[in-house]
Amino acid sequence: MKFTCLASLGFALLLTVGLAAAQSSQPAAPPAAADAGAAAAQMALARQIVLHGSPQGAHACATCHGEQGQGRIKAAFPHLAGLPRGYLVRQLQHFDVLARDNPSMQAIAHKLTSTQIDALATYFSRQVPPPIMPPATPPPALGTELALQGRNAVPACVTCHGPGGRGLGGALSAAFPPIAGQPAVYIERQLKAWKQGQRPPGPDGLMGAIAKHLSVAEITAVSQYFAAQPTLVVASAPEVKP
Amino acid sequence: MSAIMRPRARMRSLAMLPLAALALSACEHSAPPQKNSAASAVAAKPGKPAAVAFTPPPLHAIPDDAFGAEVRKGEALFRNTAAHAPQYVGNTLTCQNCHLDAGRLADSAPMWAAWVSYPAYRSKNQRVNTFQERLQGCFKFSMNGKAPPLGAPELVALEAYSYWMAQGAPTGARLIGAGYPKLARPAQGWDYARGESVYREHCALCHAADGQGLMVDGKAWFPPLWGPQSYNWGAGMSRLDLAAGFIKANMPLGNGNNLSDQQAWDVAYYIDSHERPQDPRYMGSIEATRVAFHDGPYETYGRTVQGHRLGAGAGVTGGSTVEHMMQARGAAAAPLRD
Ligand code: HEC
Ligand code: HEC
Ligand code: HEC
Ligand code: HEC
Repeated sequence: MKFTCLASLGFALLLTVGLAAAQSSQPAAPPAAADAGAAAAQMALARQIVLHGSPQGAHACATCHGEQGQGRIKAAFPHLAGLPRGYLVRQLQHFDVLARDNPSMQAIAHKLTSTQIDALATYFSRQVPPPIMPPATPPPALGTELALQGRNAVPACVTCHGPGGRGLGGALSAAFPPIAGQPAVYIERQLKAWKQGQRPPGPDGLMGAIAKHLSVAEITAVSQYFAAQPTLVVASAPEVKP
Repeated sequence: MSAIMRPRARMRSLAMLPLAALALSACEHSAPPQKNSAASAVAAKPGKPAAVAFTPPPLHAIPDDAFGAEVRKGEALFRNTAAHAPQYVGNTLTCQNCHLDAGRLADSAPMWAAWVSYPAYRSKNQRVNTFQERLQGCFKFSMNGKAPPLGAPELVALEAYSYWMAQGAPTGARLIGAGYPKLARPAQGWDYARGESVYREHCALCHAADGQGLMVDGKAWFPPLWGPQSYNWGAGMSRLDLAAGFIKANMPLGNGNNLSDQQAWDVAYYIDSHERPQDPRYMGSIEATRVAFHDGPYETYGRTVQGHRLGAGAGVTGGSTVEHMMQARGAAAAPLRD
């Protein structure tokens, strides 16, 4: 495994902005020239809600997720920047119908119209994910093993979440979100939510089935592993698939 | 907001609980009898010894000595076959694609169970085969490559890995979780259209509508199920009973034992109704090859499905580009894009 870690390097980040932006642009989004005006209006609508909330009373997303959807690691607010558009839409729908548990997000999603959800998902999918600080201590061996090799009936997480947990991209991005660099506490909470049936199990029940096989110790370890992974890589370093 | 799809009610068997193999296999085999006919073997048929539970040692227990180094070589080859045995591999598959968790997972023909089962008589070549000869078979057919010569370093490494994993297992015993589960012949036979709909619903997301899987960083991240880069017409997976057993226990990935037996048979038939590389034992015509090697009830080679006579083979020149794969997937994955 060789990750080119750029966490601390604002400079390197600048270099990759173009690349990341290209990667995070979603297949469903390309506006034809004639629609450029509509696309700009969509972005304006999204920014308005992100910064000031919606007329229907949804809170400003920026308060918790940051203006560009950078998230807040300390508070375990996930970053939304660079997450696939289709994935974000699905989550907001799941909050809306109370299938995914979280009272604040449920209340917020319930106040959003589908047009607003579309606009917000498009907006956040186009932002660059935050750089991740490498942890002082390396993640536990158990977490690394689960992430890269899997164990028993649990396949390696990277099989579905892509190299380094940065997603599979392309047409599969909506199904399999990137998980690299999300707060450890957040990842842990999701895995436990699946175990307890508080989050829909995802496309074809895949993620829910996997989480049910994980022990509490495995959940903690693998969450720490992915929280420590960079969201971006500078050059594509060769990585070993399990 | 439109209503979301409710999580399908699941009949998850206890087999997957992360318990010791003892408990695991106990659950596995007390499950509904139609699931796995090995269950009856546990209740010792007269004359047949009862199957024995076994758990392989954890990978971190591989010793740090010269023998351990060989074991690790075998493990690496198992996970990343083309990288470590390029001259013997003719497709983009790896051993672990069909023997999950690097050959450790019960019900995916694990290597620890295989090790204690050889030498064994095989009807495939009508003589007693050593373990190395069995390995040769998977290179030639499943990997659509060439058999490494007996004693080749690649075979020695795989042998060391399998032997190490099987330490403590009784030689010659029938171990619970060996091979793929054997499913009873389905009441409704098998059907292409039903198989296709199972495929679209549960498989195409990863293996793509055109069966070519997904390449990431030059690797078959989701392996191809047919076409020039998949297993050839001589491979075990081209037999419906073996494919259905594998699929039932192991697919969709991470969510095994959720398809019904009927669905597993139907989708196995659908997959094995597509062209793949020619059987290396090809005798000059499809018919001659069919009669010689594919006359069994679980073979599709040489049969006509959807107006096409199977067995023409799929040449390596017809390989899909990534763009082609993505396009094919686009159609299948559409519901996941809003
Ligand atoms: C009061 C703080 C708060 C505000 C304001 C807020 N969120 Fe959230 N959001 C959260 C928390 C906490 C979670 C994690 C919930 C969980 O643990 O499941 C979350 C999760 C999400 C997720 C799921 C992320 C994932 O990776 O699955 C999406 C999408 C989301 N929020 C979108 C929004 C949008 C759009 C807005 C603005 C309209 C918004 N949020 C406003 C706190 C907030
Ligand atoms: C078989 C494919 C598959 C494997 C293997 C897999 N996942 Fe997932 N994962 C998914 C899918 C599909 C989703 C999207 C769920 C949804 O739509 O709500 C997901 C979502 C997630 C999320 C939610 C991300 C977010 O932003 O809220 C986390 C966290 C996660 N997976 C962690 C893991 C970990 C840890 C592993 C390894 C132990 C793993 N996954 C293995 C398919 C998989
Ligand atoms: C396309 C799928 C596929 C691939 C790839 C594959 N195998 Fe197999 N393998 C099978 C099938 C099918 C069987 C027969 C299982 C049964 O009879 O229940 C099998 C059986 C075996 C057995 C005998 C198991 C037993 O219990 O008797 C060994 C050993 C083996 N494979 C090793 C390998 C090795 C080593 C590789 C990589 C070089 C490999 N296989 C690649 C499908 C595959
Ligand atoms: C979440 C993604 C995913 C889904 C959904 C999925 N598979 Fe797989 N499949 C895989 C992966 C990954 C492997 C290789 C396993 C490994 O290397 O650990 C595989 C291996 C296989 C293999 C053996 C290797 C080969 O190329 O022949 C077959 C056969 C197969 N799958 C059939 C199916 C069928 C049938 C379905 C639907 C019922 C299905 N899969 C659903 C990801 C998936």
